[in-house]
Amino acid sequence: MSAPTSRRTTHRLAADAGLLTLAAAFLLPLAWVLLSALDPDANLKVKLPDSLTLDNFDAILKPDITFTPLLNSLLLCGGGTALTVACAALAAYPLSRFRSRLNRPFLLTILFATSLPITAIMVPVYALFVRVNLIDTMQGTIFFFAASQLPFAIWLMKNFMDGVPKELEEAAWTDGASPFQSLLRIVLPLMGPGVAVVTVFSFVMMWGNFFVPFMLLLTPDQMPAAVSINEFFGNRGMVAYGQLAAFSVVYSTPVILLYVLVARRLGGGFALGGAVKG
Amino acid sequence: MKRTVARILPLTPATLLLLLFLAGPIAYCAYIAFTDLQLTGQAHESFVGFDNFRTAFGDEAFLNAVWLTLVFTVVSALLGQNTLGLALAALMQRASKPVRTLTGAIVITAWVLPEVVAGFLLYAFFRKEGTLNALLDWLHLPTQNWLFTLPILAVSFANVWRGTAFSMLVYSAALNEIPKEITEAAEVDGAGGWRRLWHITLPMIRRSIATNLMLITLQTLSVFGLIWVMTRGGPSGKSQTLPLFMYEEAFQKSMIGYGTAVALLLLLVGGLFSMVYVRLLRTEI
Repeated sequence: MSAPTSRRTTHRLAADAGLLTLAAAFLLPLAWVLLSALDPDANLKVKLPDSLTLDNFDAILKPDITFTPLLNSLLLCGGGTALTVACAALAAYPLSRFRSRLNRPFLLTILFATSLPITAIMVPVYALFVRVNLIDTMQGTIFFFAASQLPFAIWLMKNFMDGVPKELEEAAWTDGASPFQSLLRIVLPLMGPGVAVVTVFSFVMMWGNFFVPFMLLLTPDQMPAAVSINEFFGNRGMVAYGQLAAFSVVYSTPVILLYVLVARRLGGGFALGGAVKG
Repeated sequence: MKRTVARILPLTPATLLLLLFLAGPIAYCAYIAFTDLQLTGQAHESFVGFDNFRTAFGDEAFLNAVWLTLVFTVVSALLGQNTLGLALAALMQRASKPVRTLTGAIVITAWVLPEVVAGFLLYAFFRKEGTLNALLDWLHLPTQNWLFTLPILAVSFANVWRGTAFSMLVYSAALNEIPKEITEAAEVDGAGGWRRLWHITLPMIRRSIATNLMLITLQTLSVFGLIWVMTRGGPSGKSQTLPLFMYEEAFQKSMIGYGTAVALLLLLVGGLFSMVYVRLLRTEI
């Protein structure tokens, strides 16, 4: 083995060791939730269960504890995502296809809005929603979810749309297709993976969001999982850590699966939508 | 004429939503921050000018929240997420593929988890009976009640745990774009690891560093759920950053006007950062 090769191997081993140490540190809190969910007497420490059980899952897989909140999450985030994706696709089309003096200021405003701290406006949003009777309504929350995710969705959608060559549409235009038809029949199908990324990203963001439903919804029956999980150790007295862990697993699994589905695009060329292009 | 309509019409649903639910509340925010609006027992709010802001700057709890927000942002975003993200990305350049994949998956899982779940996991980690103390005990090191003695550091570490994946992804993408020849040439010329990092790598990815710092600062400024779940801002305000202070004033003390004034300040700081960020990227539009 020549000297540079062996040095490279040493470097690789050192890098591996460094990464594994960091990975172990990141894994510890995650290990707690996985192990505790299967542990009949879970506490706050990471420990291997003496025996494995699915009792924690049995205990929480009930309508009022799990199914209703998850269904509410699905309604809120599904509705919000559908609205976001539809509006973003429509808005991205003229921004990507036509030259106009409006494009640049519009895009700059959108970019500005993507990074505003939305948390800061939750108090006025609450006050406003009380005035216009949207407080404690699913539709109001859906509208706000959609609006808060829209700037980034438009930005992403426009970048993906720019990747679809215009020539393909021009043939359709000469055949008399309207821009709306060519968007629906040609552009969106061609950028299917891009639409999937925008959809999954919006959904994941809303699914995990706590503050928005926490502020805008009041009735317990309407609470999504993000808020109802709080009940586990706030108001139900004794905390059953095993059940809390089991619920966390059930609530987190969908977004992790969805993320894995689009991970290759998210990690690689996607680089968070060019919004962080360096 | 028809052409103009065809171009503007598709923009209307998005624009309406943004105006009604984003620009509207921001404008409303700018208005009620100057009133004494309260939640209960008040027929009409009245205009109080800069009173809320004057109150804020004379309010020790507010100044405490500003200080804690600064600590939280510097420790968790600028030092924690940024440095650790860069270190992870740099190590990944050299590591073997299985280790790289495994580490990436674990770090990204922490990032994808819902905010509240992340809060619970870190709560369990830092509690007196939790994993960290068990670990310290096993190493014969002194243990303590972290969420009570050093709550702002505990929530900062939680934010590092949860947010580092973002910086890692940004820096991995940036490092992958550096041509191999450049680093190899430097290596042949005898530049050691640190010198290569300082004189070649960092200058080449400086735009990524700037955008990343901007974005993680903005994300960290608006963290609410994570801290809420772990400490509720306590004990006695020792981890109460501005978003939590805003929430407490507006809802637990029913001072919507005052809470909104704090929100407006937060929004202004965010808006400033956002503007710098737009300037950084504007050439690419």
